[in-house]
Amino acid sequence: MQKDVKRLSLILLFTPFALWILLLIIIPHMGMVVLSLREKVAPRVYEYGLGNYIDFINEPIYWNTLLRTGSMSLLVTVLALLIGFPIAYYIAKIAGNRTRGALFLLCLVPLWVSDLIRAFGWILLLRETGVISSVLQWSGLVHEPIEFLYNDVTVIIGLVYTVILFMIVPLVSTLDGMDNAMIEAGYNLGGSGPTVLRRIIIPYAMPGIVSGCIVVFMLTAGSYLTPILLGGKNSSWFTEQIYDQFITRFNWESGAAFGFLLLVFTSFVVWLGLKITGQTLANTVARS
Amino acid sequence: MAYRNKNAAFLWGYRLYVLAFFIFLAAPLIAAGSFAFNDSLFPSLPWRGFTLDWFFNDSEPKLGMFHDRRLLSGLYYSFVIASIVSMLSVAVGTCNAFLFVRGQFPAKNALYILMILPLVIPGVILGISMLVLASTIANGLENRFDIEIDALRPGIALVVLGQFAFITTITSLVITARLKKFDESMEEAAFNLGASRARVLRTITLPFLRPAMIAAGIVAFLVSFENFNTTLFLVGSESPLTITMYDRMAKVGSTPVLNAVSFVLMLGSGLLALVTIAVQRDKSKG
Repeated sequence: MQKDVKRLSLILLFTPFALWILLLIIIPHMGMVVLSLREKVAPRVYEYGLGNYIDFINEPIYWNTLLRTGSMSLLVTVLALLIGFPIAYYIAKIAGNRTRGALFLLCLVPLWVSDLIRAFGWILLLRETGVISSVLQWSGLVHEPIEFLYNDVTVIIGLVYTVILFMIVPLVSTLDGMDNAMIEAGYNLGGSGPTVLRRIIIPYAMPGIVSGCIVVFMLTAGSYLTPILLGGKNSSWFTEQIYDQFITRFNWESGAAFGFLLLVFTSFVVWLGLKITGQTLANTVARS
Repeated sequence: MAYRNKNAAFLWGYRLYVLAFFIFLAAPLIAAGSFAFNDSLFPSLPWRGFTLDWFFNDSEPKLGMFHDRRLLSGLYYSFVIASIVSMLSVAVGTCNAFLFVRGQFPAKNALYILMILPLVIPGVILGISMLVLASTIANGLENRFDIEIDALRPGIALVVLGQFAFITTITSLVITARLKKFDESMEEAAFNLGASRARVLRTITLPFLRPAMIAAGIVAFLVSFENFNTTLFLVGSESPLTITMYDRMAKVGSTPVLNAVSFVLMLGSGLLALVTIAVQRDKSKG
């Protein structure tokens, strides 16, 4: 009797989970893959084949865009780690008890504001008639308006800005769990600052670092607004290609192929990162 | 703490870096918010004096946001979508938390990773996969049985489903974290005192989870409100606010009314953030 109740409640709890994952995640993605294997041979006549993928390989613009998106996302991930790690360390280890909470909350503030507003803020600062250009002219440093928008550096700054919180938050929680005595012991044994950082702090923080990097990389590669608004029409971001195929050209088959390629490509990069660092998905992202 | 005062100059440099970082974080938000009060037709310098026209003025060319029909309807649709998504995702998230904290079943770890997955799938891909499936079903029904189901065409229902698909992961994680801290001996005590299962759930377990459920609901509401990537592909004629704002920005060019909307949104999320903190603080006392 007791066992039946347990089994029944397990089934009741399992149903919403299974419906959610099956109907909204697995089946739609399988549908996307099936659609991507369909080619239009004549009006309203379709055949199954790899045509959409062959088109992708034959058109350098497409795979160049994917490679560019991938490499810029990696650069953004590295920058976010380099900029974010000292901040996370400061919050977790150096700041006093009261400032710690306040600083952590401040870090979260941009998280509560939509991507769109953040990108809009950057546009107002950086465009030709924007705040920075005006201030530079007013101070006499330059004599003509400067356009800071629509170049790769701006896109990278904007992307780092958008995703850096997802790096800092897991890092703070990992470093927070680290015993200060471990750091002190390192110094007492004669280690210099860089040695302690390299031999004690970074190995300890590795799960947090990997978890932050995965989330940041996926968010960057999948971002749409920031590259488009800050990079303009020539930003060549891969999500833009997907949008283009779907909405502008109404070529869903090829758009689905592009979507699947982006998924495979980003998953491959994440898998490679996990292999290199010797971590697993379960002890990094799933833990935080 | 010898290593701390070893190098005062280094520490000051470090502090300056942290300060610079927070200025970097705040700068675009301040820019987006403050131009709402500039008495000018463009959100740029020079400053032409303080005004509230971009909020309350009722005529062109300075149509305030509270008189702008399209912005207001966008706000309304965003609100409706976010409310539904947040309720649904908290309900399913709570079930998931019980499933993964209490349940014993085969392949639990693999299924847990499956639960995390929607969070790392790019939003654009979630959007197109949902669009493809819904359209395939809708076309199939139309061709074969001559039934037309509007809910499967781009519109509010699809936007809700698309956002729900990944927001449920967030709520599940938040509520799971809280349920893991629950001391099961409290439930056992209630059982020993003769309480039924339903009553224990209602009077002990759910009240313990309530702060996490409220916090998860607020986060879900905000993420849904702000979402752009997934929504972009699923939106029909009833555009939520982010889509309306993006259209304005891309097609019409920006006027300070967008700053006014940004300001109101930042104020709203700030208030919700305070509510979340207050709820969490009660938790640490209780």
